[in-house]
Amino acid sequence: MRVPVSWLREYCDPGWDSDRLAERLALTGTEVERVSHAGAPSSEGFVVGRVTGVGPHPDADRLSVCTVDTGDGERTIVCGAPNVAAGQLVPVALPGAVLPGDVKLKKAKLRGVESDGMILSESELELGEDSDGIAVIDQDIAGSSGEPARRRAGARLARPGPAHRARPGTPLAEVVAVSDDVLELEVTSNRADCLAIYGVAREVHAISEASLADPPWSEDAEAAGEGAAVDYASVTVEVPELCPRFTARVFTGVTVGPSPIWLKARLVAAGQRPINNVVDITNYVMLLTGQPLHAFDLAQVPDGALVVRTARPGERITTLDGVERSLESDTVLVCDREKASGIAGIMGGAASEVSERTSRVLLEVATWDGVNILRTSRRLGLRSEASARFEKQLHPALTMRAQRIASRLLIELCGAKLVPGTIDAGEEPDPIEVTLRVPRVGRLIGLEIDAETCAARLERLGFGVRRNGDEIRATVPPERASDVSREADLIEEVARLGNLDTELPSTLPATRERIGRLTREQLLRRDAEDALRGIGADEIVGWSLAAPDLPERLRLPAGDPRRELVELSNPLSVEHSVLRPLLLASLLDAARLNLARGAEHVVLFESGHAYLRDGDRAGGELGGSFSGGHPAPVYEPHRLAYLASGEPPQRWRGEPVPYDYFAAKAALEALLGRLGLASEVEAAEQPFLHPGRSARLLVEGAAVGWVGELHPLVARDWDLAGGAAFEVDLAPLIAAAPSGGEPYHDVTTFPAVYQDVAVVVPDDVAAARVREVVLEGGGELLRSAEVFDLYRGEQVGENSKSLALRLSFQAPDRTLTDEEVGERRAAITAALERIGGSLRE
Amino acid sequence: MIERIEQIGGEATEAIGRAASTAELEELRVRYLGRKAELTTILRRIAELPADQRGPVGKAGNEVRRSLESLIDSRARELDAAEIEAALSEEGVDVTLPGSPPHPVGHLHLVTRTRRRIEEIMVGLGYRILEGPEVEIDYYNFTALNHPAGHPARMEQDSFYVAPGSLTKKALESARAASAGAGDDGATPDDELVVLRTHTSPMQVRAMEAEGPPLFIAVPGKCYRRDTIDATHLPMFHQVEGLAVAEDITLADLQGTLREMLRGLFGPGREARMRPHFFPFTEPSVEFDVSCFRCDGTGRLPDGSRCGLCKGIGWIEVGGAGMVDPNVFGFVAANGYDPERIQGFAFGFGIERMAMLLHGLPDLRLFVENDVRVLEQFS
Repeated sequence: MRVPVSWLREYCDPGWDSDRLAERLALTGTEVERVSHAGAPSSEGFVVGRVTGVGPHPDADRLSVCTVDTGDGERTIVCGAPNVAAGQLVPVALPGAVLPGDVKLKKAKLRGVESDGMILSESELELGEDSDGIAVIDQDIAGSSGEPARRRAGARLARPGPAHRARPGTPLAEVVAVSDDVLELEVTSNRADCLAIYGVAREVHAISEASLADPPWSEDAEAAGEGAAVDYASVTVEVPELCPRFTARVFTGVTVGPSPIWLKARLVAAGQRPINNVVDITNYVMLLTGQPLHAFDLAQVPDGALVVRTARPGERITTLDGVERSLESDTVLVCDREKASGIAGIMGGAASEVSERTSRVLLEVATWDGVNILRTSRRLGLRSEASARFEKQLHPALTMRAQRIASRLLIELCGAKLVPGTIDAGEEPDPIEVTLRVPRVGRLIGLEIDAETCAARLERLGFGVRRNGDEIRATVPPERASDVSREADLIEEVARLGNLDTELPSTLPATRERIGRLTREQLLRRDAEDALRGIGADEIVGWSLAAPDLPERLRLPAGDPRRELVELSNPLSVEHSVLRPLLLASLLDAARLNLARGAEHVVLFESGHAYLRDGDRAGGELGGSFSGGHPAPVYEPHRLAYLASGEPPQRWRGEPVPYDYFAAKAALEALLGRLGLASEVEAAEQPFLHPGRSARLLVEGAAVGWVGELHPLVARDWDLAGGAAFEVDLAPLIAAAPSGGEPYHDVTTFPAVYQDVAVVVPDDVAAARVREVVLEGGGELLRSAEVFDLYRGEQVGENSKSLALRLSFQAPDRTLTDEEVGERRAAITAALERIGGSLRE
Repeated sequence: MIERIEQIGGEATEAIGRAASTAELEELRVRYLGRKAELTTILRRIAELPADQRGPVGKAGNEVRRSLESLIDSRARELDAAEIEAALSEEGVDVTLPGSPPHPVGHLHLVTRTRRRIEEIMVGLGYRILEGPEVEIDYYNFTALNHPAGHPARMEQDSFYVAPGSLTKKALESARAASAGAGDDGATPDDELVVLRTHTSPMQVRAMEAEGPPLFIAVPGKCYRRDTIDATHLPMFHQVEGLAVAEDITLADLQGTLREMLRGLFGPGREARMRPHFFPFTEPSVEFDVSCFRCDGTGRLPDGSRCGLCKGIGWIEVGGAGMVDPNVFGFVAANGYDPERIQGFAFGFGIERMAMLLHGLPDLRLFVENDVRVLEQFS
């Protein structure tokens, strides 16, 4: 909403400059996006002049030499406009004035004749595109209704007819805003009343306590036309639930032409393009009151019969912007007997548009169902000044306000006659009353405000107020009806006018029953993330949104539950139309981006949700089981995933460690180690992993994730040469983690016995199996057995391998004897025999 | 005899002083103090001397022996230290080479880092941290937050909806039941039943369903809005929600809490300012600002120029807040949230926005691009 400050001040002027005005509005709930400027940088040097003589220029046919009375005497001004004539009141820029665009005017010789100023055209005033002729101040066409009508129009309705007040020398700013600040308001969806100049003025009044002019609709126009409105037109509302009120007035003898410059100036400053006086009046009244209007050329409406109905199946309409649009069954149309004329509340149609030939006008001012308007305008992708107001649900009482002001302006500016009577379909609901218990204000906001102050604030906002001690009964003004219906709403109104920024204390909640802490799960999740960071991985935040071909790209076979994607019904693009069923995809995307941008390698991890249609929700939030009465609609487990890819960094000594299965497993082990978990994996395939270099992670016997090298085809699809990754569910890891609850074992009182052994086993026996068997054979006394070397070669023969293990024997209650250790070794040897292995001496 | 002893002492002292290495010194020890050394022999044979000489000779011999031992020891320490010094001077390395193997240090994403900071501040203020689902039912995201069907605010935050066909029957039925239970005039159509949450606020209602007042929670998490990607919009972003509900929570408490939170993030001198605003689920509603930390809220830099961060205003908008709307409590009244008795505040803000302000990032897209050159700037 653009609010020209000069227009605003006409109704309420607190004497603040525009910046202060903007600041106070912002601090009381009306956000000001910016304060911009319209017209010339300053109004200094712009005056009204009267052309007293026009003579030819001695050396130029197109120029004339005028004498102009500018109050301080007559001056010679050279003018190129064909329409200049003696007797006209015209806008004049004197030497020294700065024109829009920062051009400073100087005395200048035009083809030999010195011009002492400039008579301005509309384009020079930035009021329109008309630069052919000068703007003439008194050439409005109100003549037919005569001066008395204009006087009746009253000081606060519009600028008084300039001709009455303007004299040579009158500062031009008193006639037309040559230089104006414009407040660009960002109005919240509950405040349709601030989409109106008078509404903003009321707000300024409430904030500043400066006086507020009477509403511009307080006086109606004189109905001097013949007959009655119903003789000219009829209105049938077929859908009263979508059109709570439809009012129409009829005007005869309308002369359509350009609007006077004061009106044009206001529309332009408010961001509207002047069209003709009738249309300009409807726009002007909408800007003033917040209630949109629509003018019909009554001659173009067969029998003057208007019908409000919803669209028929397949119905189409061409709107004023020249676009043909197809309509839905709940689109409300304003129609004549034959066809739809416009989309109700959003945009009129071309057929009954007011034109220069129009002499009879039907003025529609209606109330529409806001939700329906919002829906329709969204669906059609068609927003207008009107729909922006209607969608916020206007009150039916506003219609007659607009009719009254528009009637007076049509009479004044278009010479129209108002036909008696208003066609009025629908009715005005009774005003609502809301009770405010004053102590509730202090209780809610933490600052006592007395009843008198509360009442005064509400009154300034236009509420009818009856006070009974600490109880205030407030009648809600119609323009606030959609926003204020409860006590809390009144408290807000009272509070927001109270200089919250300076008066409200800053306190902390006094409630004692509260404890802030991270849960065990939250702490361990941090530990898990930190473990991966600790081994050099960079955390990413990947897109949850993915493309639907992801399962194909990951080679997921039919029947894989991860093919059953959670799909969006209204995505912005195909690329972001489903939710990722696993985190790996995000890591692959990030790896590709970085390698394409010149990185030689990436080591990445992510901590976040995967999205599946269903799953086993165990383990609280991390396992997709959240607070609340209704479960989450899809299964969103929290996962950790890791990917290393690219050329591993060359170091100045030692060999680069390749990003292979074991690199990913080391990362996984770092994570598990941080949580205090043992690494237990078994060979298992994933469609997107190398079939011989992939495994599943087991926690308490259940698979909770995978680790492995990327399948070359998958790597290739992401432009990667290879890489290794893992992805694990965090909930079961953390559930199993002893972290924080580890029991103590005595390992210091009695010494341990260390022995390195080499175990020769057939090639196909997994290292984990060897270790398991060794531990089994070692029994309780064997505290640990770690594989530290692998050898294949002549010494162990074909199809066999030798694994070196470091064994540590220890007892908590005694020093072990050689005999005891020897016994355990024998038992280990025996156990190994069962899997075809032997100890190499 | 005593003369000879003193002579040996003199000779040895001189030789020890001349010794140039620990090896040479060891030779001297053997020569003068060893089993076959002359002094040792003299002392061993002291019994063979006449009785009157035994005492003085023994005394002189032992004195010389002790003094030589001590001389050798101290000379040995000197030589040992010198020899180590000499060896060290030859063992120097180029200390500017990288560690080996280089111990890599990774980086938390800036969102995670900022989220953790906020969590810590909130925990310190007595809040617990909760998380909620990102795919949410319409009831929690809108209806129970006082956005009735067709409410403009509901459409304003353009939302992503989940296609009903990709939901399990059970999920769909549960979402329908929630919607129907809310007593909407028109039941929400199936294709608007499940939404990618547009804010973290749905957890307000979930949390109040799960436990009664008093309730102090903060909820970080991902949110989604149907915004086209540009420098200031992302369809996926992160928010933190705060909710404090008890019998006596006030708007002034909200201001104090915001101030503490903003001080935790932006530094001890910061102030919070609230401007009335509108949100359907709070009444009164406010937007809140932090006093600019570049110009200290003055709008002017030390050189007198306009502060570019706050655009000369002295305040930077950071989030939305307000007192929980009684209608919201109405949805959980059965859980102890009687709107006549219970009141509270809620606030929310974007994590990315905070991080951008804190670190001067110019473009939201940097958060989802995951360029390691950007990630690695924040350790």
